[in-house]
Amino acid sequence: MLKITPLNQTHRDMNAKMVDFGGWDMPLHYGSQLEEHHKVRQDAGMFDVSHMRVVDIHGENARNFLRQLVANNVDKLTVSGKALYTCMLNPDGGIIDDLIIYFLSESWFRLVVNAGTADKDIAWITSQRDKTTPNLEIKPRHDLAMIAVQGPNARAKVWQVIPGTQAVTENLKQFQSATFEQYFIARTGYTGEDGFEIILPANDAVDFWKKLHAAGVAPAGLGARDTLRLEAGMNLYGQDMDETTNPLESGLAWTVDLKSERDFIGKQALLQATIRRQLIGLLLLDKGVLRSHQKVITQHDQAGNEGEITSGGFSPTLNQSIALARLSTEVAIGEEVHVLVRDKKLAAKVVKYPFVRNGQILI
Amino acid sequence: MSIPTQLKYTKSHEWVKSESDGTVTIGITQHAQELLGDMVFVELPEIGRTLAQKEECAVVESVKAAADIYSPIAGEVVAVNSELESAPEQINQDPYQAWIFKLKPANAADLANLLDAQGYEKTLESEEH
Repeated sequence: MLKITPLNQTHRDMNAKMVDFGGWDMPLHYGSQLEEHHKVRQDAGMFDVSHMRVVDIHGENARNFLRQLVANNVDKLTVSGKALYTCMLNPDGGIIDDLIIYFLSESWFRLVVNAGTADKDIAWITSQRDKTTPNLEIKPRHDLAMIAVQGPNARAKVWQVIPGTQAVTENLKQFQSATFEQYFIARTGYTGEDGFEIILPANDAVDFWKKLHAAGVAPAGLGARDTLRLEAGMNLYGQDMDETTNPLESGLAWTVDLKSERDFIGKQALLQATIRRQLIGLLLLDKGVLRSHQKVITQHDQAGNEGEITSGGFSPTLNQSIALARLSTEVAIGEEVHVLVRDKKLAAKVVKYPFVRNGQILI
Repeated sequence: MSIPTQLKYTKSHEWVKSESDGTVTIGITQHAQELLGDMVFVELPEIGRTLAQKEECAVVESVKAAADIYSPIAGEVVAVNSELESAPEQINQDPYQAWIFKLKPANAADLANLLDAQGYEKTLESEEH
């Protein structure tokens, strides 16, 4: 039996093509994934991301607990509403999940974790809590829904739909959030465009979605979400990283704080690790489409260190295929490599990602 | 969904049209393009290539996935629709007009073994269950 979000029937009523996404019945597209992609880059689109799990951490030592739980440093969170992107590591430095942590007060932090890993994450967090900070409360919020409104006009559309939000949210910077009535509104996203991710009571989700739609915000499915995040050079858990890879070989060194005295789970493993691989961008020069798991041949390949595409696809903005690939650290930007696609070797150029941000092509 | 009755079909969702000059034209069905979603790339067979029945001979790639096209019958490739290389979305817009390649059948009698519209519809129904 697939799990459903509060918007399931609404998606069906809007002619969504539904797919099984990690046990969730989710919209893939509502007709054309490409049109949804362009709509987000050029105007405003909305995504039901209620399958992602909000987990609230309540208690006096919440910050101290998170200091050792995650690889980024929650001490960067000094202003209420501020958000931090981080990995949660196992003792070997492997990535259990990537998540966003919102600082609401010293006794309330809000985590947003991936759908497919939520149960595993909560079990891990609970086991760590039991060891170090037994009086913390870990509260998965099954009563909430989440809708991402993304695109250059996304914020204005939200302001139009919920009068009163503009005053509260127009001065928010990237990775800041504010609360207005029943809405928790964060200036975050997974598309490379401006916009909000809005957490709200599950019972209000359908009404809010329909109001956004009436205001001209296009529904967009998981298909467009994937091409948008790939263009934006954002990792997808389970594809670009997992428990067998660490953040340093996943393009996420910027999210790991190895400088402070603070100890965290996985820190020793990262300090001792020899990093032989890096996550890097590919632009396909030949015709075709790059896909995950295709082999990449470079002049630096050594046994046991062959390159592989972790996420590949067609970039609607570039009208060309792009990929994230894990290649030898000796591979440099600008180099030409070859990708094995069926029986062919296709030429690709190594590029620095993101490929696209805020509607602009960056490569 | 309406399935054109003048065409023949395969279980792998190709359509086949018999032309008056004895060649056959091949494309993919409405059902196939709906399953795949927006097309972004088509790899055509080489003209002159000899194909066995059910041989992989072309690839259509959508935003979602790559799908092999199988030759419905044995024969020689005599034409390809190179327009699709720059406009693969034609397959989404009108899958029964946006043909992929033409074959000169090795044996015209092989056409009789393909599904008719009714038989193809039954295939789709059984896939849904």
